[in-house]
Amino acid sequence: MNAWANIRTIMKRELSGYFTSPIAYVFLVIFLLLTGFFTFTIGNFFERGEASLVSFFTWHPWLYLFLVPAVGMRLWSEERRLGTMELLLTMPITSWQAIVGKFLASWLFLALALGLTFPVVITVNYFGDPDNGVIFSGYVGSLMLAGSYLAVSCMTSALTRNQVISFILSVMICLFLILAGYTPVTDLLTRFASPVVVDVIAAFSVMTHFEGFQRGVLDTRDVVFFASVIGFMLFTTGVIIRNQRAG
Amino acid sequence: MINVEHLVKAFGPKLAVNDVSFSVERGEVLGFLGPNGAGKSTTMRMITGYYPPTSGRILVGGHDMVENPIAAKRLIGYLPENAPGYADMTVNGFLNFCAELRGLQGDARKRAVYRAVELCFLEGVLYQSIDTLSKGYKHRTCLAQSLIHDPEVLILDEPTDGLDPNQKHEVRGLIKRLGENKVVIFSTHILEEVEAACSRVIIIDRGRIVASGTPAELKARSPEGKLDEVFRAITLPDTVKHDANHEVRA
Ligand SMILES: Nc1ncnc2c1ncn2[C@@H]1O[C@H](COP(=O)(O)OP(=O)(O)OP(=O)(O)O)[C@@H](O)[C@H]1O
Ligand SMILES: [Mg+2]
Repeated sequence: MNAWANIRTIMKRELSGYFTSPIAYVFLVIFLLLTGFFTFTIGNFFERGEASLVSFFTWHPWLYLFLVPAVGMRLWSEERRLGTMELLLTMPITSWQAIVGKFLASWLFLALALGLTFPVVITVNYFGDPDNGVIFSGYVGSLMLAGSYLAVSCMTSALTRNQVISFILSVMICLFLILAGYTPVTDLLTRFASPVVVDVIAAFSVMTHFEGFQRGVLDTRDVVFFASVIGFMLFTTGVIIRNQRAG
Repeated sequence: MINVEHLVKAFGPKLAVNDVSFSVERGEVLGFLGPNGAGKSTTMRMITGYYPPTSGRILVGGHDMVENPIAAKRLIGYLPENAPGYADMTVNGFLNFCAELRGLQGDARKRAVYRAVELCFLEGVLYQSIDTLSKGYKHRTCLAQSLIHDPEVLILDEPTDGLDPNQKHEVRGLIKRLGENKVVIFSTHILEEVEAACSRVIIIDRGRIVASGTPAELKARSPEGKLDEVFRAITLPDTVKHDANHEVRA
């Protein structure tokens, strides 16, 4: 209970931090423009002639690759640059409360951005008769995906006080998480490695687990995968923060 | 109230704090003196639970800082060196945030913020964002944060740094007043401050305590009865040697 109050306090501060600067609005506009562009222009939303959001969700792993680290890069690096980390960690709270609070705030912000794409859902329901269950699971998958990237950014932002370095590191790790299961890459890998090995590598990819959600299959294994990535990355963040102070 | 036993902090091979022990009771104001890089801030960071000590023990109000950090941290108000603050927040927002983390809610929080604002003379900048504050006001904002929950123990790292003479005077008075029924530990480079506010002084040099006593006792060590001469006599020969070593290596 007490823990939750602390997490909420941190969340509130972090969220208001997004909205008191122009960053939040710039981000929301860019996000919505890019999703629109990918869905309707590159994804051939209308030419497909089907009532689904496949062309919308397919691009999310790539779109998030740059947008999510942009949101997460400041989480801890800013705290270190300003020196407020010393203030925060000498408060009567545990470091995991601070980590979870900050993470949840940014995740909520990303959820808001994702929620603002609702006109796409309305459009597709207006023109056709889509399976809204599939659309819902697509949104859940997209949110889990964003959370995983965000947890990676959270970890890289704890590594350095430089936001640019934090951003680049985070993009690299997320790119790996995509490519390990990206069909062109796995096809290439099967020429060198046995199918079992390729499958094991692909199992670490967000792509493999994101696909199920797009087909409308809410598989517990996929949910567990994303939850473990988030858990593992946040745990690593905690270890990094502790080790930095240990000297 | 505060017991520090054989505290050691190593950064790699370097010992920033080397076997420091002392204890402070309620009603005492302890001043930390020492040249730059002596280990004052590092010691304070360990007492406040920011750095885990390499070895040694810290008890705050009977709570071990390593084993029971939350209970120990509750008792402490801390002003870190350089007085950090969230650049994008207003003074009011920042103080409310800190009060909430201290577990203050509703009316109690409002009263606590009001009291801290009054103590640190922040009425005029309450709704200004922290990154637009002058250095002195930024410092006072962070000082207000350390006082917000009326803590039993105050740890202040260079509390008068960057303040104008009037404010320096106010803060010294405040430290003295608070020290009457609390524990205050503060570091400074201003020797008059020590005489004005401390009941006891510890001089640290290269991670070790090299002298301790009341200001009067320390002054008595110099023939002219001047604190800065005592300070120099104790620390200067060492720092000169120390710096020379550095240059040779660099
Ligand atoms: N995070 C760190 N990593 C490595 N060395 C450190 C770290 N923090 C402090 N040190 C070293 O520990 C020593 C003591 O530093 P500290 O900041 O405690 O000095 P100080 O007495 O507060 O000095 P000043 O009067 O300049 O504030 C210095 O030599 C410093 O370089
Ligand atoms: Mg210092």
